[in-house]
Amino acid sequence: MSRAPQNRIDATFARLKREQKKAFITYIMAGDTSLERTKEQVLLLERCGVDIVELGVPFSDPVADGPTIQRAAERALASGTALRHVLSLVKELRTVTQIPIVLMTYYNIIFKYGEQQFVADALEAGVDGVILPDLPPDEASAFISYAKTGGKGKKLATIFLVAPTSTEDRVKKIVSASSGFVYYVSMTGITGTALHVDESFARHVQSVRERSRKPVAVGFGVSSAQDARMMREVADGVIVGSALVRTFHERPDAAEAFIRELREAI
Amino acid sequence: MQKNRAGSIGSIMPRLIRHAILHQTAVVCFVSHYIICLLCYNKLLKPTHHWGGILIITLPDKKGYFGQYGGRFAPETLMPALHELEQAYAVARKDKIFRAEIAHLNSTFIGRPTALYYAKRLTEEVGGAKIYLKREDLAHTGAHKINNALGQCLLAGRMGKKRVIAETGAGQHGVATATGAALLGLQCEVYMGSVDVRRQALNVVRMRMLGANVIEVPLGSQTLKDAINEALRDWTANVRTTHYVLGTVFGPHPFPMIVRDFQSVIGNEARTQIVAAEGRLPDCLVACVGGGSNAMGLFNAFLDDAIEMVGVEAGGDGIATGKHAARFAAGGSVGILQGCKTYVMQDENGNVLETHSVSAGLDYASVGPQHAFLHDSGRVNYTWATDSEALEAFGLLARTEGIIPALESAHAVAEAVRRARVLSKDKIILLNLSGRGDKDVQQVAQIQGMPL
Repeated sequence: MSRAPQNRIDATFARLKREQKKAFITYIMAGDTSLERTKEQVLLLERCGVDIVELGVPFSDPVADGPTIQRAAERALASGTALRHVLSLVKELRTVTQIPIVLMTYYNIIFKYGEQQFVADALEAGVDGVILPDLPPDEASAFISYAKTGGKGKKLATIFLVAPTSTEDRVKKIVSASSGFVYYVSMTGITGTALHVDESFARHVQSVRERSRKPVAVGFGVSSAQDARMMREVADGVIVGSALVRTFHERPDAAEAFIRELREAI
Repeated sequence: MQKNRAGSIGSIMPRLIRHAILHQTAVVCFVSHYIICLLCYNKLLKPTHHWGGILIITLPDKKGYFGQYGGRFAPETLMPALHELEQAYAVARKDKIFRAEIAHLNSTFIGRPTALYYAKRLTEEVGGAKIYLKREDLAHTGAHKINNALGQCLLAGRMGKKRVIAETGAGQHGVATATGAALLGLQCEVYMGSVDVRRQALNVVRMRMLGANVIEVPLGSQTLKDAINEALRDWTANVRTTHYVLGTVFGPHPFPMIVRDFQSVIGNEARTQIVAAEGRLPDCLVACVGGGSNAMGLFNAFLDDAIEMVGVEAGGDGIATGKHAARFAAGGSVGILQGCKTYVMQDENGNVLETHSVSAGLDYASVGPQHAFLHDSGRVNYTWATDSEALEAFGLLARTEGIIPALESAHAVAEAVRRARVLSKDKIILLNLSGRGDKDVQQVAQIQGMPL
């Protein structure tokens, strides 16, 4: 009965809160060399104690991403990966794991697929949420309403991003549009840039957290256990993307140790 | 009374919006019994209430939409900067000092108004309609791009930003931005795809001489699209200190509006000039369309007139080969790219396709949202010229008129010639000669096997 909670993301954050832990969230690019490999990576991440997995769906023009994820997207596109393949992969994964899975891609991929169709298919496959860095809440009202109502009682979490440049009005708007969690972008820049936060960072994250009861996870530029330790102090979750994508690609044998080290820190 | 009035406005809004969509703008006069558009004198409605007033509807709307196209699809980090730009522009456009500054630089620095030239020998050679050239190639730095670049550099100064960045395809926008930056003492970096760096080498040197740093983009198709991606990434990282001088009527709101407005000087001048020369408006306007800024600049002043307008896209090796950049004619469908909803050349999964054109400035997978809107509403016809047609027109204009056009503009020349041939001699075609061809001399020489 309680085997698969209705919303895996909320259930995960509730459990972490009870255990007084912070969420460890990882990003990998689906189809980076092959989908078979992505499947193994997700299961490895789960074994190493990752709480939520973000699966990147490759797009030809990823403007919010740095070189590491750009190249991963190129490899994934070269291996023929499209959104429908990623949805099939999630469906397959759901036979062996209940780890929360969030898709991260660009709006055109979803738009071309058809927003309503996407919400229905994603929920059916077992996707829990979606992050679209180029779809601000200002442009997302239709998508949000599909995500809330399009899945036969199930809801797809819409995770929006707060940036260090976001004004108070915008933070309010973003927090209220978000479900699952709020994605706090650690610095002005693209993914995979060396972490550089100023003194206002912790204050700003804190102000976002105070604004709602939704969990706030911090990402962009977190590349070491040391970075992760700093982030866990201010947020409800820590997101690691580029550093992991690079490790999986360049030194796959070192990936497990790296993930465990991060888990330890978070 | 108030209630009645609100109810009436509500009931005519759909009709007003339809009108504004067809005509781009509506200046509506409410007088007792009638609502009339002051631009076209069309009666829109016979209301039952007695009241008066004027309502002006313009596009884009508040959210930056031209019908269903446009909008603001940008990473959150940039959203506050886009709002800031929108506000700074709203203040500047009404500011007498700003307008005077632009007018002064237009006449003393850019060399405006640019000439409207009757191409007599070309007309005789073709043997049909009269062809007039709006000589944007004579604007300082050699293309219309300076109109927008200078305006935006001034805006950057007003926002307290000391660094500007730009993308460039043919290099003309890069040169124009570097020029504006030099004039106003701003730091300038220009992103340019590796393929374009090679084929527009002269402009790379010009930008460097003007003190700009040219950053080569070896990613993706290594052309304009990839240069825009990199410029957006740079802006995201440096948004607090940097203004992104976007070079065409593209990207997230308010860029398509701002660039159109700065370029609309082209059409405003041309309108006065053609009336002075011929005592009437032309029958047809022709302009090339990459992102679409020179075309929008020309068309904007004539949208409410019964004049045919033609946008010319890059036909590349020919539509059938698939190697082209004709977004409207073939291959394009509605999508979201680099900040706005518009036509995009993409595959069935939503990934952007590679394009091809002999001209770097037209070699682009997407097109300004207002063009998408004007395409769908049927107000502007879009066609294409192939590489070889453009090269032929390039030579024709050089030999008959002593004007070497930019390869981009040569596409418009090709279409104007095609049309002039079948029109009678009392018809007038006004063609926007958006830039000069010095930058293309090396490339054309190579293609035609001339020794350098």
